Amino acid sequence: MKLVVIGNGMAGGRLADEVRARDKDIDMTVFGAETRRPYNRVLLSNVLAGTASPEQVRLPAQTEGVTTRLGVTVTAIDPESRTILTDDGGREPYDVLVLATGSEPVVPPIPGATRAIAFRTMDDCHRILQAAATATGAVVVGGGLLGVEAARGLAGRGMPVTLLHLAGHLMERQLDPEAGLVLGEALTGLGVTVRTGARVTAIHAHGVELATGEILASELVVLACGVRPLVSLARDAGLEVNRGVVVDDRMRTSDPAIYAIGECAQHDGTVYGLVAPAWEQAAVVADLITGADRAARYRGSRLVTRLKARSVELASMGEAHLTEDPAEAVEVVRFTHRARGIYRKLVIRNDRLVGAILLGDAPTVGTLTQLYDRGGQLPGDPAGLLFPGLEHATPADSPVRMPDSARVCECNNVTKGRIRACWEAGARDTAAVAAATRATTGCGSCRDAVEGIIGWLCEQEEEVRA
Amino acid sequence: MKRRESTIEPMPISLSPPAPVMSPVHQGEATHCPYCALQCGMYVSGGIGEAAGGTLTITPRHDIPANAGGLCQKGWTAGELLTGGVRLTTPLARASRTSPLVPVSWEEALDRIAGAIRETQARHGADAVAVFGGGGLTNEKAYQLGKFARVALRTSQIDYNGRFCMSSAAAAANRAFGMDRGLPFPITDLAEADAVMMVGGNVAETMPPFLRHLNNALIVVDPRDTRTARQATLHLRVTPGTDLALALGLLHIAITEGYADQDYIAARTTGFPAVRESVAAWWPERVERITGVPVARMREAVHLLGGAGKAMILTGRGAEQHSKGVDTVTAFINLALALGLPGRAGSGYGCVTGQGNGQGGREHGQKADQLPGYRRIDDPAARAHVAGVWGVDPDELPGPGRSAYELLDALGTDGGAKALLVFGSNPVVSAPRASHVAGRLAALDLLVVSDFVLSETAAMADVVLPTTQWAEEHGTMTNLEGRVLLRRQAVAPPSGVRSDLAIISALAARLGHDEGFSADPGTVFDELRRASAGGVADYSGITYERIAAETGVFWPAPSQDHPGTPRPFLDRFPTPDGRARFLPVEHRPVAEEVDEDYPYYLTTGRVLAHYQSGAQTRRVAALNEAAPEPFVELHTDLAEHLGVASGDLVRVSSRRGFAEAVAKVGRGLRHDTVFMPFHWEGANRLTNPALDPVSRMPEFKVCAVNVERAGSQPSDRGEDA
Repeated sequence: MKLVVIGNGMAGGRLADEVRARDKDIDMTVFGAETRRPYNRVLLSNVLAGTASPEQVRLPAQTEGVTTRLGVTVTAIDPESRTILTDDGGREPYDVLVLATGSEPVVPPIPGATRAIAFRTMDDCHRILQAAATATGAVVVGGGLLGVEAARGLAGRGMPVTLLHLAGHLMERQLDPEAGLVLGEALTGLGVTVRTGARVTAIHAHGVELATGEILASELVVLACGVRPLVSLARDAGLEVNRGVVVDDRMRTSDPAIYAIGECAQHDGTVYGLVAPAWEQAAVVADLITGADRAARYRGSRLVTRLKARSVELASMGEAHLTEDPAEAVEVVRFTHRARGIYRKLVIRNDRLVGAILLGDAPTVGTLTQLYDRGGQLPGDPAGLLFPGLEHATPADSPVRMPDSARVCECNNVTKGRIRACWEAGARDTAAVAAATRATTGCGSCRDAVEGIIGWLCEQEEEVRA
Repeated sequence: MKRRESTIEPMPISLSPPAPVMSPVHQGEATHCPYCALQCGMYVSGGIGEAAGGTLTITPRHDIPANAGGLCQKGWTAGELLTGGVRLTTPLARASRTSPLVPVSWEEALDRIAGAIRETQARHGADAVAVFGGGGLTNEKAYQLGKFARVALRTSQIDYNGRFCMSSAAAAANRAFGMDRGLPFPITDLAEADAVMMVGGNVAETMPPFLRHLNNALIVVDPRDTRTARQATLHLRVTPGTDLALALGLLHIAITEGYADQDYIAARTTGFPAVRESVAAWWPERVERITGVPVARMREAVHLLGGAGKAMILTGRGAEQHSKGVDTVTAFINLALALGLPGRAGSGYGCVTGQGNGQGGREHGQKADQLPGYRRIDDPAARAHVAGVWGVDPDELPGPGRSAYELLDALGTDGGAKALLVFGSNPVVSAPRASHVAGRLAALDLLVVSDFVLSETAAMADVVLPTTQWAEEHGTMTNLEGRVLLRRQAVAPPSGVRSDLAIISALAARLGHDEGFSADPGTVFDELRRASAGGVADYSGITYERIAAETGVFWPAPSQDHPGTPRPFLDRFPTPDGRARFLPVEHRPVAEEVDEDYPYYLTTGRVLAHYQSGAQTRRVAALNEAAPEPFVELHTDLAEHLGVASGDLVRVSSRRGFAEAVAKVGRGLRHDTVFMPFHWEGANRLTNPALDPVSRMPEFKVCAVNVERAGSQPSDRGEDA
């Protein structure tokens, strides 16, 4: 079988890995428009921030038994002859074709938009960093996930950054208004000027013009206005295209020999812009085309968004926008402490976690993510899920309050009562108690407690005498 | 599960007047504890005969660095094993499978075994007789058992319960460093480390005096708030079966935050670029979703390790007893190598060996694929050397046999063994999918068990041989540091029992080998020294006299004037090019994920008062009092959901069986996980025998279970009977 993959990004590269892991013999050719080796796009904002080097985000290249054609653009698909055409005049036949063409950044239709740098690829990243080296400040247009990460990253390099966002609050797809507000305040504290409800009308050589007429001077303008699936190849080939290339639960397009995965695909009405769904889709397609599991189906993904920005911990998952709604059995648990940049919100339906926002340090983020992923049942009182400290609060083990039955030395199963009895029989220091009871002779960690109990007993004795 | 009645007298150790713990006065015979791999030094004084007054006193030795004067309750009470009335003192045999075990003479027992071996091998071939050893056996016994199998029985079918303990860490260390010596440094080096990461180990319960060596920051990776985790600076409460993903995430962070030691990597390792690229796909937010460990906690852990001047990473069974145990350990070794730890004094990677002789037991040939000196049985040069010592033709030596679970699983089947000799192991309690294993044992034509108590496995045997135990015989043990220790005889054995070496000698003689199977430990050790010479674990320079004079010698010690090797990796690694090897590994899911029918993870482990299958410790009154019965630990929220309170009897079921035990409710573990100790029959009826492809380690540490109140509707999902 001859497999052709269009796209060598995180979806296409993953598919090649998954196929190769299942079948060593399939003839596979991967076309990639970018000339560099695959890299982890998820971590580009870390490169922008300087917390990762380009070398550190490079992914292993699948080379064994894969023909990789980098820098070659596919210009057309002919489903009739099962052939693709490339810009170097080549033709490549296929038995199975997988589209992993990804998406392109949205560039707003405003004058001067080409003066700005859209943030999407490693090349974009290098261009932004080159400009940042001499710029005195930066404006980031778009306050979604990528825009916030870019703004935080550039601010971390020590330059003043203004983040402009059209909607009323940041990351409105993942956050409710209050969380957006707290996030904005956290960013402000890190050197990012946040302006929401800001409409950009033009980009000039030395600044950005807003609808109010105000001009923000800046030599560096970064666009993070969202992405658009790359579907023209599919559309020209006559495949069904909506916002993305429409696929079924097998990730098949309207042509059964052609699959689509990742950001170019639209499954059950949804185009996913995150890597986890793309990888789940790649595994399903690899199962199907290698025959490893012909029953494999993709049923949609649960979305967890995790902001990658130094000093800003943010996780958002599921139906995080919902508000209390008894009619729909929606319960909301919230805790806010704006001054410390903390906002925690759980959205619960039928004892299951269906959404959450965790902003600021959240020790339970892992637990909550897993409860959301698995649809696990929540406890009747979910407070412990927001404040794990509550779970572990135990009364201090002071010698006074400890009952006689309390085990002081675990290693030798010695209770406070036995230490007291030993003391009453004349033992007045730790060595004597240890000799009689063996307390402290194991791991040694109860030494302080034993000394405390002996000291307290001696004090009591002195008080009685006095 | 029945509550066991204690039928033994209180221990005859004098409490009053108190034993002077700090006294430098000679306290009796200097020997070592019968239990874990720490092999605490202890004195045994007094005697068990009437002349000695019937009292035995145990006091800790201060000259053995591992415990330096400490002992846990298991050690303090170990004398009861020598004096209690639960000892086997006569061979037992049953006339048929349905007859009871009755006392027989040694001659009768040995003749019957030898006759059955000859008959079985004549009918079914040499491999129809199998041997199953143990990690608690002395080096001499482990060595002799391997030789007995290969030379007297000429069977390839020999493995041991250490396969269930150390095999994953061993395989990972061998491929990374070219040598598997649990801690490749003296245990006292731990005190120098500014940060220690303990992955899946609960030393506060398993070997309490170990904690005396930890001085500074401690990071514990464990799904439970174990006693060890409660003493930690930082506890990463990882989802069962995801330690590998965690290691990849920690390495990702270490690299991106600049903690990778480039000079060390360049000078002392190979293979880093491929590992660096492979972990680029394991960014912390992805790892958080898999492991449940918050990104911020992962970063804290890396900062503690990376910022420490000296640091150590240690793994225990929690990381290793998985169907991906080898790759999990490899991932932590990769982290240690990237941080530049192995081969630097006060830093390093090590595994915390479990059984008393878990280290020596894996070096001298009771493993299916191994010959003495940590040699491979498929290596022609190794075969030639060992055959030379044994005085046989190398071509006569069998090749590699089945691993422990595969050996047990095949018993009584067409291709499997029909007769099994068990020494120092209790697989009815300790093997995974234990009901099935018991069924395989029942299908044997002959089951022989050598033990000093009537363990659950011995109770199934056709012939039971009463053997001597720790302080009744001489022998060497190699502790978790790779330090070879002398466990001296302190008391006379009861009349009627024989040592394992004597048993092997007598059986070998009946099988036509009058020579070559000495019953004298010193003679066997001298032969072991010759057989190990030139191997990775070279004992040739170690003698009983040296051990006594030096309180232990670190292998390799290739000659008597060689000082031993406390830190074998300081200058180079024992690989062909002298460098440690980075190996890229990928996370994969557990063998059995939770689902609607079995919605919770089960993980298993130990409690302080008991050791291994409990065959010894459940027969000590004070330990039984401290931990009288098995339990199921579950989270308060889960208990609330199930309508269960502490003390209620609950039933835990998996696809392989069920077990009932009392509930212990608390907040000390994850909501989705229950815990059972494995010292009693029960826990291992549930566990999953999915094997690691490299080490053949079963996945003891995670499987999917259902939990319900006992007495509620019994679940019937086609489980093993």
